[in-house]
Amino acid sequence: MIRTENVFKSFGEAEILKGISTEFYSGQTNLIIGRSGAGKTVLLKLLVGLLSPTSGNIWYNDVDFCNLNKKDLRAIRMKVGMLFQASALFDSMTVEQNIRFPLDMFTNMTKKEKLDRVNYCLERVSLEGVNDKYPSETSGGMQKRVGIARAIVLDPIYLFCDEPNSGLDPKTSIVIDELIRSITEEKQITTVINTHDMNSVMEIGDNIILLHQGEVAWRGNKTEVLESENQILRDFIFASPFLQRLRDTALEK
Amino acid sequence: MGISKFLYHLGRYVLMMRTAIARPEKLSMYYRETLRQMNDIGIGSLVIVGLIAVFIGAVTAVQFAYQLEGSFVPRYYIGYIVRDSTIIELAPTISCLVLAGKVGSNIAAEIGGMRQKEHIDAMEIMGVNTAAYLVMPKVIAALFVIPMLVALAAFISIIGGYLASVPTGLMSDAEYVLGVRSFFEQRNITMMFVKSLVFAFILTTVSCYQGYYVKGGSIELGRASTNAVVFSDILILLADYLIAIILT
Ligand SMILES: Nc1ncnc2c1ncn2[C@@H]1O[C@H](COP(=O)(O)OP(=O)(O)OP(=O)(O)O)[C@@H](O)[C@H]1O
Ligand SMILES: [Mg+2]
Repeated sequence: MIRTENVFKSFGEAEILKGISTEFYSGQTNLIIGRSGAGKTVLLKLLVGLLSPTSGNIWYNDVDFCNLNKKDLRAIRMKVGMLFQASALFDSMTVEQNIRFPLDMFTNMTKKEKLDRVNYCLERVSLEGVNDKYPSETSGGMQKRVGIARAIVLDPIYLFCDEPNSGLDPKTSIVIDELIRSITEEKQITTVINTHDMNSVMEIGDNIILLHQGEVAWRGNKTEVLESENQILRDFIFASPFLQRLRDTALEK
Repeated sequence: MGISKFLYHLGRYVLMMRTAIARPEKLSMYYRETLRQMNDIGIGSLVIVGLIAVFIGAVTAVQFAYQLEGSFVPRYYIGYIVRDSTIIELAPTISCLVLAGKVGSNIAAEIGGMRQKEHIDAMEIMGVNTAAYLVMPKVIAALFVIPMLVALAAFISIIGGYLASVPTGLMSDAEYVLGVRSFFEQRNITMMFVKSLVFAFILTTVSCYQGYYVKGGSIELGRASTNAVVFSDILILLADYLIAIILT
């Protein structure tokens, strides 16, 4: 479990996060939702320590994450997998080398074992046979999936995904959501996902946090989304008149 | 540049180097990366360093011949002067200034690009000590390869001096060889290697530093690459002066 305690973050004058206190549970898919620019990526980077909070604290179970020394921080990070919003694949390495990199760096597996593991991860993101392509030779959606494969290759205990299905078609998007959900449940890991994908919210939203103007405007799960009267949430999720009608009919039933 | 800005950069540089000196996560990965860097720095710079060395030797020979013209200094001294001035000063300093331009800008651009494209963040998240993984192999490779390049440059310069003076009739073959073999001092070779080690360390670490902390976009990346060369050059010349004072 990861807990944030009254986390503030500003860049110069701009205050992006204003006192976020929330919990992310293990074995659940925790979603951070919010409009573009709401601070989702900033919050995710705070959670993994790429940024540090202006004030406030972050806890990994009972470990004070913000005040770790470099060595302990690295020890935790070996259990962390992360997909970046822009994928951040190493562009002078092939897809296979990208996914193999953490294995090369941290395990003593044989060549054959590594290749099997890479192929297994590629299979899970439905990307068999692209081993020798370079990231620049694949589509944006494929890069996302390679990024996910790289994030899960070391069997993380904490998985962070910054918009895993932006840029994917609805069908692949569902495959990715299912993948993330099944990994989360299988290994009882703590998964945090940034998204503004409606489908994801409704399918895998075990614990949803809505960021709005630097604060948590709403929290709940996917069934509560439908029933909530919270205006900010309704404006965000049911943004179009079409979706509003859809919600009304769903509630009538 | 204000004093506080200088101290800020110095502090961050020291911090980066302190993080960089650590036990590798996986020796084989660092080893492979070091070999790659040795190849890039060493083999990749052979031609340019060799070419420059020929001309350094040739120009030194021709110019000293001109300066000594009509004086009572024997002509074979030219061989001696070419040998010592290239070994002590020209081969290490000019080679490393050129390498700062070639290798330094390359290192800064490579690491800076990785920073901007979040590759460094991605590695950090995996648990990699990126300061160590990105800096150490380059420094070690440079410390191995650059002294070899410099020694080679010194040797080629002496040949360059020969080519500029013997076939052109400036002096006889025997005179040049006599000059090259006169008044040899072991200490000068030591000085050459000390200089090349220090210069190699400066140019790789300063360039890594410039790339590692780059922010912004392509303009900043270009600037980092330029700064890597400019600051390496200034520090190399400064170090050159200090070594000269200390070792002579
Ligand atoms: N390094 C930074 N320096 C200054 N401001 C920043 C920095 N990173 C983010 N911001 C600001 O923080 C705010 C939130 O950005 P963030 O990237 O977290 O948005 P987001 O919710 O992830 O949006 P999107 O859905 O479009 O990815 C933005 O206004 C942005 O300008
Ligand atoms: Mg974002």
